[in-house]
Amino acid sequence: MSEVKDTAANQERTALTGNEAMAEAMRQIEPDVVAAYPITPQTEIVQIFSTFVSDGLVKTEYVPVESEHSAMSACVGSAASGARSMTATSANGLALMWEILYIASGTRLPIVMPVVNRALSGPINIHCDHSDTMGARDSGWIQLFSENAQEAYDNMFQAVRIAEHPDVLLPAMVTTDGFIISHGMEVVNTLDDRVVRDFVGEYKIPRNLLDVDNPITVGPLALQDFYFEHKVEQAHAMMRAKPVVQEIAEEYEKLTGRKYGYFEEYRLEDADVAVVVLGSTAGTAKVVVDDLRKEGIKAGLLKLRVFRPFPYEELREAVKHVNVIGVMDRSDSFASIGGPVFSELRAAMYDMDQRPLVTNYVYGLGGRDVDLHMIESAFRELLSIQDSGKVEQYVNYLGVRE
Amino acid sequence: MSEKRAMPIKKGDGWKTIPIGGIIPEGGTAEAFKTGDWRTVRPVHHPDRCIHCMQCWAYCPDMSIQLNEDGTKVIGIDLEHCKGCLLCVKVCPDKVEALTSISETEAAKND
Ligand code: SF4
Ligand code: SF4
Repeated sequence: MSEVKDTAANQERTALTGNEAMAEAMRQIEPDVVAAYPITPQTEIVQIFSTFVSDGLVKTEYVPVESEHSAMSACVGSAASGARSMTATSANGLALMWEILYIASGTRLPIVMPVVNRALSGPINIHCDHSDTMGARDSGWIQLFSENAQEAYDNMFQAVRIAEHPDVLLPAMVTTDGFIISHGMEVVNTLDDRVVRDFVGEYKIPRNLLDVDNPITVGPLALQDFYFEHKVEQAHAMMRAKPVVQEIAEEYEKLTGRKYGYFEEYRLEDADVAVVVLGSTAGTAKVVVDDLRKEGIKAGLLKLRVFRPFPYEELREAVKHVNVIGVMDRSDSFASIGGPVFSELRAAMYDMDQRPLVTNYVYGLGGRDVDLHMIESAFRELLSIQDSGKVEQYVNYLGVRE
Repeated sequence: MSEKRAMPIKKGDGWKTIPIGGIIPEGGTAEAFKTGDWRTVRPVHHPDRCIHCMQCWAYCPDMSIQLNEDGTKVIGIDLEHCKGCLLCVKVCPDKVEALTSISETEAAKND
């Protein structure tokens, strides 16, 4: 790794949309293979990237496949042959990859994939919610959420390092909120190509298919006698990913000055009431926290960045003093007891001696706008739960008509 | 015949020692995977009648027809891998009949 003394000096302030920022990150990573199929609102990422390919800015082999199922399959093949491989998708595209998502993680191939979050059909909808990524939460992929284009850009490089770490070797998704981040233009501090190259390093997997001197079989049958052992090894890889996420974040902070972790705590340390949120809504909710603080209400926020591996111990520690938590889920699990973030956080808190009360707000489905008033109304409800000491309803649908 | 290989992953190995991602970390391991007990019927080779036309060797889908060192003569059947499809019996020329079949039940009585 080359010495980078002045972190600011190596960065350039540019105006980019979320999709442009992710495509730029991919240009700088310069994977060996990109296999992709267009789908709104992700299309731009691979469209811009394909321009880089045809302009000769990258040496990447670009495979314009006929479906997302093929895109992920091509990535599995190329990653197993020792090539750093990427694709990008959204919503129904991710759903079409489903079968291969499990093959990628089970075969332990560190593919990195931007997922521009979009609602799943039906009814058909192209706008943001997290139901696509959340549906894949048990597929064995690392999942990093981003609040804005800058975080999306930064998460891409870290995802490569986490995924390819020898203790981990798991695929990773980096998400942005469809249209809100993907098509919104913001100032992004970009890194020098050389700095990125040094940070991501060379793609190395322990064994690859093209090593003819050491032949291997990839994807053979493992039945009752071995399948279970493979899944437990995979579960442990995800556990091992946790310290790696932190380690890579610290290294990245030294390089860029930007701090990352499992989550961001915003005015949380002395908060009585707090929301837990993912993605772009965190920005809106921070404004509400500030407004409430001006009224003397101790409001706080926790923005979860890493959903897989789920940082349950750190989350418990971060919220232990909070009286009431409102978990904001931008997807429903249709389990009738709340969305995925709610269920998992609530389960994580079960063993605490003193548990915060917790309720769930499912919001923003299909791109439904979430504004300051909605989040404020949620906070007001948290305050009345604090007074009554009772959660009347687990799941609340925020901003929906009756 | 090539040297016998040990399976790289041993029966009873736990999750801490198996190769990750379900890969088999070396080639030619099918030889160590004994499939002979799948069989309900087996071919029997009669060297006295065999004309070494190699039809059985060419057709056997499991490479279970054993040859001599220089690969010019059929010397028997690899019963650890033969699955008893009897294709070899079928292709052995009618006039020669150097391959016949016997059920495993019968074979067990003789063993
Ligand atoms: S019975 Fe089938 S498997 Fe066995 S030696 Fe003959 S052809 Fe091969
Ligand atoms: S087909 Fe029959 S005659 Fe020909 S080599 Fe085989 S056993 Fe011998």
